[in-house]
Amino acid sequence: MNGDPADLTIAAAAAAMCAGELSAAALLDAVRRRAAATEAQLHAYLTLDFEGAEQAAAAADAALARGEDLGPLAGIPVAVKDNMCTRGMETTCGSRILSGYHPPYDATAVARLRAAGAVLIGKTNMDEFAMGSSTENSAYGPTRNPWDPERVPGGSSGGSAAVVAAGSALGALGSDTGGSIRQPASLCGVVGFKPTYGLVSRYGLVAFASSLDQIGPFTRTVADAATLFEAVAGHDPSDATSYRGPVPEVRSTLEAGPAGLRVGVVAELAGEGNEPAVLAAFTRTLEALQGAGAEVRELSLPSMSYALDAYYLIAPAECSANLARFDGVRYGLRLPGDTVEEMMAASRRDGFGPEVTRRILLGTYALSAGYYEAFYGRAQKVRTRVIEDFARAYREVDVLVTPTSPTTAFRIGERTDDPLAMYLADVGTIPCNLGGGPGISVPVGLDGQGLPIGFQVLAPPLGEAVLLRAARAVEALAGFSARPAPATSGVG
Amino acid sequence: MGYEAVIGVETHVEVATRSKMFCGCPNGFGAEPNTHICPVCLGLPGALPVPNVRAIEATVSLGLALGAEIAPRSVFHRKNYFYADLPKNYQISQFDLPLCRGGHLDVETETGVRRVGLTRVHLEEDTGKSTHLGESGRIRAAEAVLLDFNRSGVPLMEVVSEPDLRSPEEARAYAAELRALIVALGISEARLEEGQMRFDANVSVRPEGSMALGTKVEIKNMNSLRSLQRALAFEVERQTPLLEAGREVEQETRHWDEAAGVTRAGRSKEESSDYRYFPEPDLVPVTLEAALLERLRSALPELPAARRARYRALGLEPDAARLISEGEGYGDLLDAAVAAGAEARAAALWLSGEVTAHLRRVGMSLASTPLTGAHLAELDALVAAGRLSATAAKEVLAGVLAGEGAPEEVAARRDLIQISDEGVLAAAVAEVLAAHPDELARLRAGEQRLVGFLVGKVMQTTGGKADPRRVSEAIRRAAQ
Ligand SMILES: [Zn+2]
Repeated sequence: MNGDPADLTIAAAAAAMCAGELSAAALLDAVRRRAAATEAQLHAYLTLDFEGAEQAAAAADAALARGEDLGPLAGIPVAVKDNMCTRGMETTCGSRILSGYHPPYDATAVARLRAAGAVLIGKTNMDEFAMGSSTENSAYGPTRNPWDPERVPGGSSGGSAAVVAAGSALGALGSDTGGSIRQPASLCGVVGFKPTYGLVSRYGLVAFASSLDQIGPFTRTVADAATLFEAVAGHDPSDATSYRGPVPEVRSTLEAGPAGLRVGVVAELAGEGNEPAVLAAFTRTLEALQGAGAEVRELSLPSMSYALDAYYLIAPAECSANLARFDGVRYGLRLPGDTVEEMMAASRRDGFGPEVTRRILLGTYALSAGYYEAFYGRAQKVRTRVIEDFARAYREVDVLVTPTSPTTAFRIGERTDDPLAMYLADVGTIPCNLGGGPGISVPVGLDGQGLPIGFQVLAPPLGEAVLLRAARAVEALAGFSARPAPATSGVG
Repeated sequence: MGYEAVIGVETHVEVATRSKMFCGCPNGFGAEPNTHICPVCLGLPGALPVPNVRAIEATVSLGLALGAEIAPRSVFHRKNYFYADLPKNYQISQFDLPLCRGGHLDVETETGVRRVGLTRVHLEEDTGKSTHLGESGRIRAAEAVLLDFNRSGVPLMEVVSEPDLRSPEEARAYAAELRALIVALGISEARLEEGQMRFDANVSVRPEGSMALGTKVEIKNMNSLRSLQRALAFEVERQTPLLEAGREVEQETRHWDEAAGVTRAGRSKEESSDYRYFPEPDLVPVTLEAALLERLRSALPELPAARRARYRALGLEPDAARLISEGEGYGDLLDAAVAAGAEARAAALWLSGEVTAHLRRVGMSLASTPLTGAHLAELDALVAAGRLSATAAKEVLAGVLAGEGAPEEVAARRDLIQISDEGVLAAAVAEVLAAHPDELARLRAGEQRLVGFLVGKVMQTTGGKADPRRVSEAIRRAAQ
């Protein structure tokens, strides 16, 4: 076998294990060495559990030796964003208020990964409670971008994007509330996929905004994303919002190619708001799609212009209630106080960082008597318009496309003092969460500074098959194969 | 000038489902603290609620029984407030789209039947329980707070009445009737002493005949029918002189202090709370299909008012009709007894008398005794046939309740059956009269006191198993 196993795709690693060329233990070892080489600089992991990982790898090898058919994830080292509960493994959500918190149960997605034989190696860094677009809002310090350590990996699932880019995991789970999978995937040059709301159980995902949150995979290829998706998707009786029907079958059409695919460019998101290099890569990809037989046209979805505003009312409103449970009473940080109320107030004041506090206040205000209709009520109306606009568009096209992020990775500290500039990083990804359908970011090139550029594909709810087919076509046409400089990846 | 009260009652009832409202934990009273808990009802990060269909159906059943409008689409909301025994610091409740709206309850009062309008019936989750340790037992001065989350997430039904009640007595009668209905529907045992049913009330006072509403005061924390009535009476007594003196009643929330027998003003902070209701995004709207409503409607049992009317028609007195209708299991047992041939009034008398006394003595419920309707019918028949004396019947019933078997069996084993065969009785009388010719002659001559003597002799020879009334009749006949 050529090269470092840490650089393999999930499919290639599984094939090598099946062929007896690679053991789960050896693969884990390669990933461990990669993490040892990169973590000091990247700080993409909050928790590493090689002891537990070794046991899982040994179990996979033992099953392999018995000749069992293990499925595509057996023995594959994966990472999980630190907002998914892992039994007995610290789960902080990047917040001081959950420092030292060890959940008594596994999130459904985590349990399904384990059941599929995946080797869970650790928990990845994130913006506190998934609020942010740069992973700088982590109480445990920022994660750096493997392509340029002076830059952010995006967020809020920046740690998961960075470990897959750096090779310190072959795949990872993140969560996407307004772009928290797709935007960091774009900034780190990997594939990031947010499935249809309800297809992956949220049970055990620490909620940011319940009506928008969705778990999804980070991988190096679209096919690998499908593999992780298949492992974690499906109805869960513990999540009342979980979809009850069958999971869309994606495998058989994955390689169907772009011919005949009706592709709609979202006019409001594909214009001058984007950096020239981003726009150039986007246009190049569109031309390639057209050249390969896709039918490309531009569509106007007027509500896209208001989606960001609606999102920044709905998400904070839900978060203000979701985060109320962190009060120092039953778990997490507790500061002393003379009364129960003072104890709660002190614990929350010290436990939450500034961005989380800002959004709780914003959400509390938006739900207050006298303001509810003007803020939350109106934001819900915009959401309905977004859903209607999408539905109208999907009567004419199979998928919609936009640049994932208007810019490539920005410098650490560049936007931390300007929340609005930070919020704009998600302008292209937010509508998908409001609409409920799936979205994916596929790397399609590098800008002049060698930073990755992502291409976003969107599809109607439960349109995973056509979404992944289009994404796979984009991947094949773009032929993106660059990896971060070896300075952060090849040591050891 | 006379004054009248305007009262509306808010009733909370714990629904007796097997599991809690949004998780699989057992819903039960009296377990060790914090043993019926899980990530969901403890509000752990990442846990999600899944609604209990049985609790929803129970609420709809009550709505149907009250003639309420059942919402085809109903929504759970989050009610946000911080409190140590509220694990998520929001309560999943209902706001503008409750399961049931409208309807009414007919309440028998001293002045006749009053129709009380219902505003709504909705479903929510209960909180945990706080125990404040320290000298005063008050929240502010507590040294420590102990939290028990066993009750957290127990399904709680809220029934809100219109301000249709005009006196504390009426409010009590309304609450009692609602309780009877809830028990009859199997929604809850509604044990007040276990906090399964709790009341808040709104009360204002206005000059009699006035249509305007006075300033409304909310009273919280009434845990029994008696305290509901007492608290309201206290409040009417407090408000009336204020109005008579031309002063204003302050709009506020007051708490009933059971021990002191007074209502006290709450902290003004509590009154201004803004609960920031919004639709619970972890749940989807509840949609009730016509078929389900039809199934629930056809499964409704006989309601207490109808049952009382039926027993009145069978000849029971009003009090007995109410007791039998509302006593746990009484109505069903009476119906079974009547079906097995018992006379309704006699069977009701056994139930309200001996049976109730027995249950009280041993502290058991009717269901836990072996008594059946057939037993009551058999007992009734034995007495009617003169085979069992009233005294012996009581003894037999005690034996049946103690599990000794059916009445005839118990009576035989205890040797309590009276001689009912006319021939046997006549023979015994004839034998005694033949043995005492002098006494018979003196009786015929008018010495009536000898009846007693002769009856005594017959009782002696029959070993006490003759019916003395019938023996005495036979002796008088023979003396004529
Ligand atoms: Zn529970």
